[in-house]
Amino acid sequence: MQQSVSAHVSDHDHGHVDQEGLKVLGFWIFLVTDCLLFATFFATYAVLHNHTNGGFTAKEFDIPGFIIETFILLISSFTSGLAVLAMNKGNKKGLIRWLIVTAALGATFVGFEINEFTHMVAEGATISKSAFLTSFFSLVGTHGLHVTFGIFWMIGLIFQLSRKGITPVTKRKISIISLYWHFLDAVWIFIFTVVYLMGVM
Amino acid sequence: MGKSHFFVTGDPMIYGADVSIVLAMIAIVFSLTYFKKWGYLWREWITTVDHKKIGIMYLLSSLIMLFRGGVDAILMRLQLAIPNNHFLPSEHYNEIFTTHGTIMILFMAMPFMFALFNMVVPLQLGARDVAFPMLNALSFWLFFIGAMLFNISFVIGGSADAGWLSYPPLSENAFSPGPGQNFWIWGIQLSGIGSLATGINFIVTILKMRTPSMRLRDMPLFSWSVLSSSIAILGVFPILTVTLAMLTIDRLLGGHFFTMDAGGNPMMYVNLIWMWGHPEVYIVVLPAFGVYSEVVATFSRKRIFGYGSMVFSMIAISVVSYYTWAHHFFTMGAGADVNIVFAICTMIIAIPTGVKIFNWLFTMFRGRIRVTQPMLWFYAFVPTFLVGGATGVMLAAAPADYQYHNSYFLIAHFHQVLIGGVVFGYLAGMYYWFPKIFGFKLNDRLGKWGFWLWQIGFYVCFMPQYALGFMGMTRRIYTYNQSAGWDMGWAPLNMISTVGAFLMGLGFVFQAWQIIYSLKHGERDVTGDAWDGRTLEWSIPSPPPIYNFAVLPTVKGLDAWWYQKEEMKKEGYKPEPVKYEPIHMPKNTGIPFIMSIFWFIAGFGFTFEWMWMGIIGLIGVVATLFARSFQYDTDYYISVEEIERTEKALRNYTSVQRSAN
Repeated sequence: MQQSVSAHVSDHDHGHVDQEGLKVLGFWIFLVTDCLLFATFFATYAVLHNHTNGGFTAKEFDIPGFIIETFILLISSFTSGLAVLAMNKGNKKGLIRWLIVTAALGATFVGFEINEFTHMVAEGATISKSAFLTSFFSLVGTHGLHVTFGIFWMIGLIFQLSRKGITPVTKRKISIISLYWHFLDAVWIFIFTVVYLMGVM
Repeated sequence: MGKSHFFVTGDPMIYGADVSIVLAMIAIVFSLTYFKKWGYLWREWITTVDHKKIGIMYLLSSLIMLFRGGVDAILMRLQLAIPNNHFLPSEHYNEIFTTHGTIMILFMAMPFMFALFNMVVPLQLGARDVAFPMLNALSFWLFFIGAMLFNISFVIGGSADAGWLSYPPLSENAFSPGPGQNFWIWGIQLSGIGSLATGINFIVTILKMRTPSMRLRDMPLFSWSVLSSSIAILGVFPILTVTLAMLTIDRLLGGHFFTMDAGGNPMMYVNLIWMWGHPEVYIVVLPAFGVYSEVVATFSRKRIFGYGSMVFSMIAISVVSYYTWAHHFFTMGAGADVNIVFAICTMIIAIPTGVKIFNWLFTMFRGRIRVTQPMLWFYAFVPTFLVGGATGVMLAAAPADYQYHNSYFLIAHFHQVLIGGVVFGYLAGMYYWFPKIFGFKLNDRLGKWGFWLWQIGFYVCFMPQYALGFMGMTRRIYTYNQSAGWDMGWAPLNMISTVGAFLMGLGFVFQAWQIIYSLKHGERDVTGDAWDGRTLEWSIPSPPPIYNFAVLPTVKGLDAWWYQKEEMKKEGYKPEPVKYEPIHMPKNTGIPFIMSIFWFIAGFGFTFEWMWMGIIGLIGVVATLFARSFQYDTDYYISVEEIERTEKALRNYTSVQRSAN
């Protein structure tokens, strides 16, 4: 992360900082804070996961549902990786195509999640039924909101790409959203393990 | 308190608050108007991304909030001055101690700190701006509208009254229905997001934006303190965001995180809020330590003693501060084993702090000391913080804490460290860097009046409170009866304490007068180096040009400007020929302000539980984010000719100073 002194002394630099690199570093640090945000939700979930108030328990999660969700999100992470590979090859069409696939998979994931939530609510497992459900909906819902936001962001970037092509600026933007997307995938792995797998076990 | 009505009515004090809010708004408008005409307000201030201007806006807002919080304090002291007093209705008293604490920490100390961050750090690093100038402006506006949202609660809807950290179950719907508590949540939530963004911004600025020849170990100690404080912000503000979000979920969506029924756990809130809250006090005190390090070195004309240990102790404080939170509730019943860990961690913090105090004293030892206003505040800080720290160690002893817990002993302790450490430090910083940002010094005579009134007032106000704590007076008490007042001796001590509060208030009046007086009569700084300083900010004109440094400075070690001055005094010194190059600068943008207005709409809507309005606000926020993402034309270059013109005009001053040296 440290910029070497010699790189700066060279004449062509004019002492100007690499703006795009700066933003990527800033985003990494933002991800640290986002990580802590999820960690706090995880911690409260850990405290409250047995406080079911005689209602819905973690044993009753829909197993095929959350496994399908997990695979969809994992595949979307893979396709976002393919998008970055296409970008590095300078293949604008491929990049946009893979971004569309990623966003579509993300939307499917969110669709499954909404479906899961509405089914639970229909069974009476609402956010105000028990502390366990409050912490469950908050943790998983926060992740879902992140994914939803990411989808809209990605659509915005697709428009920018089709207009501007692959430039240092759009390249940085794609790198950042792909970081974000992989991060959400990693958080989901924890949700999958801590909430769903340990819940149904 | 008329919570069912939109406008709060029926209490003359509230009408008084209405007037004071209106006056505060007028003061903001007036101050902004003073520097530029109204027509330029939008272009020069509201849309600015210049860190110096953002710093000025933070400073003004925090001084106004200091006034508001101070009025709250004086009202509380009036209520407690004599036994059986009913000067304030009890609900109003509850609201006032809640807003006093919240305002002083989140809307006074934090923006004052960010004012110093913004005014000083890029200049000390030899940088043209912070890493993310637009985000910096957004942080300011989020703080500002958060503070405004919190403050209008007096006029509209009623204020929060569940204490400055609003513990559940009291702060839940069952016990605090209505918008008051929501105002508290949303005011802090919005400004807290701004603080988090500032933390990220300054970490990246310090790591990446230093002038190329400045190594981390050449960096001035104030910048180090900002780095350690920002690291702590990074670690704990997300917890605040989530904790407030959970309380919102409980109140707005009927959740059960912290309720008494359906499996909720109120003590979880207390743990979470202090995981943020305790590091928060170190977040605000670390930059004050940084200020003292600059002030002491400059006015002792010596390099700071023990630079490495200073850095180490600041980083140590910011790390250990994460492991002290449970000392706020040793009485929770976590058990002796848990309590002892937190007790020891709390006491450990005293060690690096002690190291720092010794280093400052050794810096002064055999220095050529000049007693200036910043130095006076440092003198006041040392004994005050020492006693405050010592009573802190007393409180940290878990078994003894069962006696002191929530008593006036605690009140006296934290006011002693927060006023003695933080406020004195920030005021020292304000006096020290004022000539750099505004181009003139603050009047000495009025400043000394303010200083001595503050000092005497402080000790008269808070020393009796230690005794009151031992006598059994608990915090947040509304009033006490005749027998407690006279037979147990509470009344005379409370009366003395109230007198002290008024003295401090008078001190503030002198300071306000001092600033207004100095606008016209203050000693102009034409050299750019008002105090014969040591660090890079003093190497450029005051106030600095928009790009700060025409040529990025070369740093050959600690105290770069001091050693450059030494070299310039040498026989046969030839200044290196300067070659200007176009400077890359960010363009002004209205997006931070507009986005913050949408945040205000969202916050206001959720406060009154008008979901439609909240959602409209959030949609606006997302829309402005998108608008920003589609902006590609965000920067510009300042041409060489323009730099030459600006520098020529400015350098006339500097040549005077160079020959004087």
